[in-house]
Amino acid sequence: MARKLLLEHINVPGINTLDVYRQKGGYRAVEKALKTLSPDDVVEEVKKSGLRGRGGAGFPTGMKWSFLAKPEGVARYLVCNADESEPGTFKDRYLMTHIPHALIEGMVVASYALGAKTSYIYVRGEMMPQIRILERAIAEAKAAGFLGKNILGSGYDLELYVQPGGGAYICGEETALLESLEGKRGNPRIKPPFPAIAGLYGCPTVVNNVESIAAVVPIINESGDEYAKIGIGRSTGTKLISASGNLVRPGVYEIELGLPVEEFIYSDEYCGGIANGKRLKATVAGGSSVPVLPANLTLKLANGDPRLMSYESLSEGGFATGTMMGSGGFIAFDEDQCIVRNTWNFSRFYHHESCGQCSPCREGTGWMEKVLHRLEHGHGKMSDIDLLVDVSRKIEGNTICPLGDAAAWPVASAIRHFRDEFEWHVREPLKSQETNYGIAKYAEPIAKAEVNTEN
Amino acid sequence: MSEKVKVTIDGITVEVEPGTTILNAARQIGGDIVPPAMCYYSKLEGSGGKCRTCIVKVSKGSEKDPRPMPKLVASCRTTVMDGMEVQNITSPEVMEARAGVVEILLINHPLDCPVCDQAGECDLQNLGYEHGLQKTRYEFERRTFERIDIGDKIQLHMNRCILCYRCVFTADQITNKRVHGILNRGDHSEISTYIQTAVDNDFSGNVIDVCPVGALTDKTFRFKNRVWFTKPVDAHRDCPTCSGKVTLWYKGADVLRVTARKDIYGEVEEFICNTCRFDRKKTDDWVIEHPTHISDASVISSNHYETMIPLPVIQENLRLQKANKVELEKTAKF
Repeated sequence: MARKLLLEHINVPGINTLDVYRQKGGYRAVEKALKTLSPDDVVEEVKKSGLRGRGGAGFPTGMKWSFLAKPEGVARYLVCNADESEPGTFKDRYLMTHIPHALIEGMVVASYALGAKTSYIYVRGEMMPQIRILERAIAEAKAAGFLGKNILGSGYDLELYVQPGGGAYICGEETALLESLEGKRGNPRIKPPFPAIAGLYGCPTVVNNVESIAAVVPIINESGDEYAKIGIGRSTGTKLISASGNLVRPGVYEIELGLPVEEFIYSDEYCGGIANGKRLKATVAGGSSVPVLPANLTLKLANGDPRLMSYESLSEGGFATGTMMGSGGFIAFDEDQCIVRNTWNFSRFYHHESCGQCSPCREGTGWMEKVLHRLEHGHGKMSDIDLLVDVSRKIEGNTICPLGDAAAWPVASAIRHFRDEFEWHVREPLKSQETNYGIAKYAEPIAKAEVNTEN
Repeated sequence: MSEKVKVTIDGITVEVEPGTTILNAARQIGGDIVPPAMCYYSKLEGSGGKCRTCIVKVSKGSEKDPRPMPKLVASCRTTVMDGMEVQNITSPEVMEARAGVVEILLINHPLDCPVCDQAGECDLQNLGYEHGLQKTRYEFERRTFERIDIGDKIQLHMNRCILCYRCVFTADQITNKRVHGILNRGDHSEISTYIQTAVDNDFSGNVIDVCPVGALTDKTFRFKNRVWFTKPVDAHRDCPTCSGKVTLWYKGADVLRVTARKDIYGEVEEFICNTCRFDRKKTDDWVIEHPTHISDASVISSNHYETMIPLPVIQENLRLQKANKVELEKTAKF
C-alpha cells in the first residue's frame, strides 16, 4: 500500500470534527510551526520539500512564497483557491468535504509563514455544502484557539474567512479570483503586476490551491526533506487524482508521484481497469484543459518507456506526444466513446466560461464550439478540421489569461491524435450519428514512425 | 529625472523614460512600426490589454536578462526594459497573429460599414483593410443585439462593439457616476446601462469619441452624412464646463457635428462637454481657428482643403494662373 499523507485518516468516522482530527494527530503542524519555527523557517521547509502547486501550473510553492513582497506597514494576504471547476477535477471538493480541518490547519501554517493576518478561502458558489462544512470547522478551530487572536499563546493573530464565489470557472484564475473577492466582475487582470506584488486590494498576496495548502501540514510535521523523499525527481510528494470516466472504480485517489499510469488505471488498488471489460481508447490526464492522448501514448512514452504519473513524465514529448499533469482530473474513455463529441463538449464548456475580456478567447471559443458542433452532428466539411487547428493556434498564447490556451489545447490535441476520427465524421455523416468510430489503432503499441510530430 | 532606458523596435533604437510601455516607445519613434491599438487609450488609466491587436514579439528581454519572452505580449501593457529588443512589423509571427486577431474581431462584427456613421474614421475598418482577409471563414449567424438608446443623444449599437472597455473607463474616470458597464460574459457580453437608464451627465458624450468602432454614435449626427463629405475645422468657444476646444465638421455652411480634437492616433486631446458637443451647432457659437490636420492616409483627407495649394506647374505659368483665378483666390482666403 502506497504512502498516504493527505487522505491517511479519510475513513475514520467523524474525521470532519475537530476532536477526532486532533486524536489523529491534527493541528500538530500548527503547534510545531508557531512554537518552534520562525515564518522564514516554514518557507524554507516548504522550499526544501519541492512541493509544486497542485492547481494546474505546477509552480513550486516555496518559490511562490519567497517572491511575496514584504513592504513595511502593508497587509499581506493568503487566499486559498477553492474555485475548483475544471471538468474532471473534484479532488478539492472531496478534501474539503471530508477533512476540512486539513485545509484550515494548512491555512494557519501558511498564513503564519507569509505573515498574513487575514486569509480567505474562496470557494466556488455551487459548493454550498462545503462552505457550510468549512464554516463549521472554522468555528470549531476558533473555539479551540487555533484561529483568532494570539493563537496558542504565540502572539500571532489570524482571521480566516470563507467567501463563496458566483460559480464562474474563470474565477479560478488567480487574478480573476482576486477581482471577484474584491467584489468586482471576475475578469483576469493584466499581468504584471503579479499578485505577489499587488494582489488583493493592491496588497501582496499569495494564491494557492486547496491541495497545496493542505500538503503544507505533512511537510511541517515530517520536515521538508522527508517529504522530498517521496515521489520521483522534481515531482515530490503525493498528489490527489480524481479519476472519472469508464473506470471500474472512479474516485479520488492519493498517489505517490511516479506511479506508472498503467498501474494507476489497471491496478485493483486504484481504478481497477476499464469498466465492463472494454478497452481503453484515450485519456485526459489532468483535467479538461490538458491535451487528450490516445491509449498507446497514455501508457507508454514515444520511445516505449512506461509513462509515469509525474509532472515531467506526463509532459514528456511536449505537445506532440505528451500532455500535462494539470490539476489531476484523470478522465478515461473506453472504445465506445466519441472523441469528436467529447472535444465539442469541452469546447462548449470553454465557450460558456470565457469571460469575454480579450477578443481571441471571447470570439474564438465560440467559433470553435460552433464548428465542432457542426462536425459532431454530421454537417461538417473536411476544411473544418484545418480551420479548427488554425483557430486554436490563433487563440493559444494570445490571450490575457490561460483560459485561451486551455480552450485551444484540447481541440488541437484531439485533431493531432484523432484526425482519422474527425475525417470519418465528415465522410460518414449519417453513420457517425448512429455508431462510434471505435478504438481503431489508438491502443496499438507505437511504432516510432507513426508518431506525428508536426503541428 | 531618472536615467533613460534604451529600447530597439524593429531595429530603430529610442531612449525613453523607465516605465514607458512598448507601445508608447514606438509612438515616440512614429511611423509604420507603431502597433495598432483598439482598446488602449493613453488618456484612460487602466485601459488596454484586451483587444490583442498591439501584440509584439520581444526577442530580447533586456540587457540583464537577454532571454526572449515566451509569448507575444500586448505592447500597450508591457513596460520596456533597458536593452529590450522588440519586433513588430519585422516579425512574420506577429503579423500572422495580428491578422488572426483581426479575423476574430470581425467574425461577429456586422460589417455594415455602408450604413455605419463611423465608416471613414473607424479603427476596425483601417485594421481590416491592412490585415484582414478578403473573405470570412465564419459561416454561422452573427451575434445580434437590440439597439439601445443611452439617453436622448447617444445610441448604442452593440452588434458593432468589440468590447474594448474604453467607454467604461471613460465613464469611470471623467464622469461622477458611471451608469453603464459590461453585462454577461463570454461572447454574450454587452455594454449596457442598468435596466436601460439614461446616461445623464455633462461629459457622457465623450464615450462616442473614444469608441473605436461605430457602436456608440451621436444621435444628432446619425445618418446625416458620410464623414468624408464633411470638412473638419478646429474651433473653440468660451465654455464654463470644459476647455471648449473642438473640431467642427462642416458640410457646406452647416455644422453637422462637433467632436473633441483627436491626435494622430485617434485619441482625443481634451474631453469636451455635452453642451459643446450636442447643442452648439451654429458657426456663430464658435471662433474658428484653422482646418484640422487630417492624415493623408485617411479617406477624409481626399476631400480636404488643407492641401489646397496651387500645384507647382500653376505657380510658374501665368496663363494657368489666370485660368485658375477663382481657385487661387480661395486658397488665399485660407
